Amino acid sequence: MASLRDIKNRITSTKKTSQITNAMQMVSAAKMNRAEANAKSFVPYMEKIQEVTASIAAGSKDVGHPMLTSRPVKKTGYIVITSDRGLCGGYNSNILRAVYQTIEKRHKSSEEYAIIAIGRKGRDFFKKRNMNVILDIVGVADQPAFAEIKDIASKAVGMYSDETFDEVHLYYSHYVSAIQQDVTVKKLLPLTDISTSSKLTSYEFEPSAEDILEVLLPQYAESLIYGALLDSKASEHAAVMTAMKSATDNATDLINSLSLSYNRARQAAITQEITEIVGGAAALE
Amino acid sequence: MKTIKVSVVTPDGPVYESDVEMVIARTQSGELGILPGHIPMVAPLQIGAVRLNKEGKTDFVAVSGGFVEVRSEQVTILAQSAEEADEIDIERAIRAKERAEQRLHEQKRENIDFKRAELALQRAVNRITVSEKHL
Repeated sequence: MASLRDIKNRITSTKKTSQITNAMQMVSAAKMNRAEANAKSFVPYMEKIQEVTASIAAGSKDVGHPMLTSRPVKKTGYIVITSDRGLCGGYNSNILRAVYQTIEKRHKSSEEYAIIAIGRKGRDFFKKRNMNVILDIVGVADQPAFAEIKDIASKAVGMYSDETFDEVHLYYSHYVSAIQQDVTVKKLLPLTDISTSSKLTSYEFEPSAEDILEVLLPQYAESLIYGALLDSKASEHAAVMTAMKSATDNATDLINSLSLSYNRARQAAITQEITEIVGGAAALE
Repeated sequence: MKTIKVSVVTPDGPVYESDVEMVIARTQSGELGILPGHIPMVAPLQIGAVRLNKEGKTDFVAVSGGFVEVRSEQVTILAQSAEEADEIDIERAIRAKERAEQRLHEQKRENIDFKRAELALQRAVNRITVSEKHL
């Protein structure tokens, strides 16, 4: 049985850990709320741009644009959104496992794919395995502005346009609720399935439908990436919150059971002392 | 006077929403004035100011690219960034302008960075002019 002092030390250190995890939980809860609000304020833009894109793409079937038509796939791009830090439960490993398995299954050599990593965890994971990471961005703010991501988004879209990639997939974690986040795979390019719920309008184009698509489609694809980033930020904070909550709960359980054995040990020590005194007194008589 | 609903939306959220009498925007094929009852239309925008006439006053919104969507009852401007005149950070715009100018001097022509610096300069100048109009 551990000594009294050992148990006491463990109780103190577990208490300190639980204070930290508790603080982290509250910080992530606050960040999650803000990230959720950010994701919500992005919705009107996304809906609008989707509606317009769908209207144009549906209204002018004869207008061909490279971003709308599939071509034979020689090289696939994977955009993977992860967090910069750990301590978030299975958040990163779920996404990375999904990407890793897909790549293992689909591709024979590293010539056939390339990875664009957003977030340190994803970058390090793929770099360590010598997989083809061509672009990475780390240190994205908790409340990312569109400007921060625009550069990498337009590069990714540009690589599709100049035929570096023939298709682009987006892997991120979709925020369902504070306790549920799903790994989501979206085919970003080519944009073959643009759907919208609202009714389609037929527009006049100024100067022409082709010119509009030229401006609109890259912007649409970039905003899809940004939307995914906002979504995964909300998931990240939710995942950290859940992980830290269970860490705090575990610490509390541990402290309880440790206190129990501490008290037992203390009692045993006292009992023994009394027995010794009584025994000693009896020996004197 | 008849009015039309206008909203300027960016990825960071809506910037401007109001009912106005006329919208004037600089599209890639030229200045375009939109009155209520305009035919549905889509046009890409240049970096520039969007003017919104309302009750004898004019509101200015600095828009960096994007496009305008016109419907019979509503005009939507979708831009990657947009600011109302009184929300522009003029100091920052001036700094951005200087930075872009410096870069333009350093770089040789027909460089990708050159083009980017040029666009940055356009955006900065646009912000500065819009903000001055407001004052």
